[in-house]
Amino acid sequence: MSALPVAPPAASAETEPGPLALARTVASRIATTCLVELQKLRHDRTELVTRAVQPALWLLVFGQVFTRIRAIPTGSTPYLDFLAPGILAQSALFIAIFYGIQIIWERDAGVLAKLLVTPTPRIALVGAKAFAAGVRAVAQAVVVLVLALILGVHLATNPLKIIALVAALLLGSAFFCCLSITIAGLVLSRDRLMGIGQAITMPLFFASNALYPVQLMPGWLQVVNHINPLSYEVEALRGLLVGTSARLLLDFGVLLVSAIVMIVIASALLPRLARG
Amino acid sequence: MTPALRCVGLRMKFGDTVAVDGLDLEVERGEVFGLLGPNGAGKTTTIRMITTLLPAPPGAIQVLGRDVARQRTAVRRLIGYVPQQLSADGTLTGRENVALFARLYDVPRVGRADQVAAVLDAMDLTEVADRPSKTYSGGMVRRLELAQALVSAPQLLILDEPTVGLDPVARDGVWDKIASIRAATGMTVLVTTHAMQEADEHCERVALMHRGRIRAQGSPDELKDALGPGTTLDDVFRHHTGNALIGDNENGGMRDVRAARRTARRVG
Repeated sequence: MSALPVAPPAASAETEPGPLALARTVASRIATTCLVELQKLRHDRTELVTRAVQPALWLLVFGQVFTRIRAIPTGSTPYLDFLAPGILAQSALFIAIFYGIQIIWERDAGVLAKLLVTPTPRIALVGAKAFAAGVRAVAQAVVVLVLALILGVHLATNPLKIIALVAALLLGSAFFCCLSITIAGLVLSRDRLMGIGQAITMPLFFASNALYPVQLMPGWLQVVNHINPLSYEVEALRGLLVGTSARLLLDFGVLLVSAIVMIVIASALLPRLARG
Repeated sequence: MTPALRCVGLRMKFGDTVAVDGLDLEVERGEVFGLLGPNGAGKTTTIRMITTLLPAPPGAIQVLGRDVARQRTAVRRLIGYVPQQLSADGTLTGRENVALFARLYDVPRVGRADQVAAVLDAMDLTEVADRPSKTYSGGMVRRLELAQALVSAPQLLILDEPTVGLDPVARDGVWDKIASIRAATGMTVLVTTHAMQEADEHCERVALMHRGRIRAQGSPDELKDALGPGTTLDDVFRHHTGNALIGDNENGGMRDVRAARRTARRVG
């Protein structure tokens, strides 16, 4: 048998970590979890392909048909160009919103308990999950963007805009991933979460500016649109990718604050989920 | 020297159900200690309190002198934990599974890969280390989980039903590894099981738990000798608890049973 490590490899923290140590741990755990997410994607790429089917159908069928019938006025922007960022955000939403199911599976399989026993603050675990969802969303976005390019969508290639696009996807996915973990922490069962996940995903999508301009919505839907973080994500993506007008500062501000708030709420519910 | 683990008057209630009822327990450093009892005895709840998964009142649990309620992070750095379920990530390779836990326990980057390789080797997994763990047998997954728990060089290794669902050969393999870990590192091992024969063979001291309380504790030989020649640990358990080992699962909820069945299914 090989020599096993016998001394603690890192200095044992005798006191609970302060804010600086906590921030370092959060950053380290996010990096670790993102790396693991990439390793999983490398081992099993089928998910990338299967998850690409739905956005492909939206672009190929819905996008092309509505471009031809010109039913949705989008000004000088072709409808397919208008739609592509919405589908990008939708695909990220669909990935992130089911992370709650994954965490319930992890609870049932003992994985969550094992993670919670490591010297990792709850907020770091949830933050790491949130960004892992973002990594998957970005990987998926590459597939959707390639498809959009093939369909003739005019996309920006400015590297700074691409970096900002990645940031918007990460923040949006973090919010919806943590929303899903929060619901998981409340309902505690996979079946209930699946029902709620399905019940909220499409309303979130339809109550956003992903498919049509806000001006076309009835008044009540415009109100919902204004409190729906997906709308800010879509607006940012659309502004960055196809150059429509966007309030980028507001968009990123809303996405950042809502992601942080939801990470904090989901972290508070994690022990309840682990006990459930 | 402070003991590896000390529990004093430990209690936990879930609604009206008392899962742990005034438990006193002391595990010495360097020993293999078995916490025995049927499903629903309160073993897993006790383990979840020791491992910080459930809240414990201040002063009720000390791990190597650290209070679990007040020094949670310090306690987490001292323990390695293998849950009842098979919890390795099947998509990742064995090496990636262990490396993940090395990072989560802040094993320094310099030497991390060597430490991961060393624990994999110690668990006889070097040859399969770069295969996805979903291709492993149940016994191999259990050894992989031991490697995950050992990579941080814990001083107290906690194993919750480590052999549930395994065939006899794999079971022996897991116990052999536990023995060799203890011999190589001197670490304390706390193991829960309802398999009395395994505890008799492999634990230096045991505590018999029933309905949230410790009914008897000592070395298996001491407990058996107290009842006379030819006694087995099963007999000792029956003596202290009635026939609780057989069929008395009133406190063992559906979730316990489901978890055990799920593990058994996964190990095939």
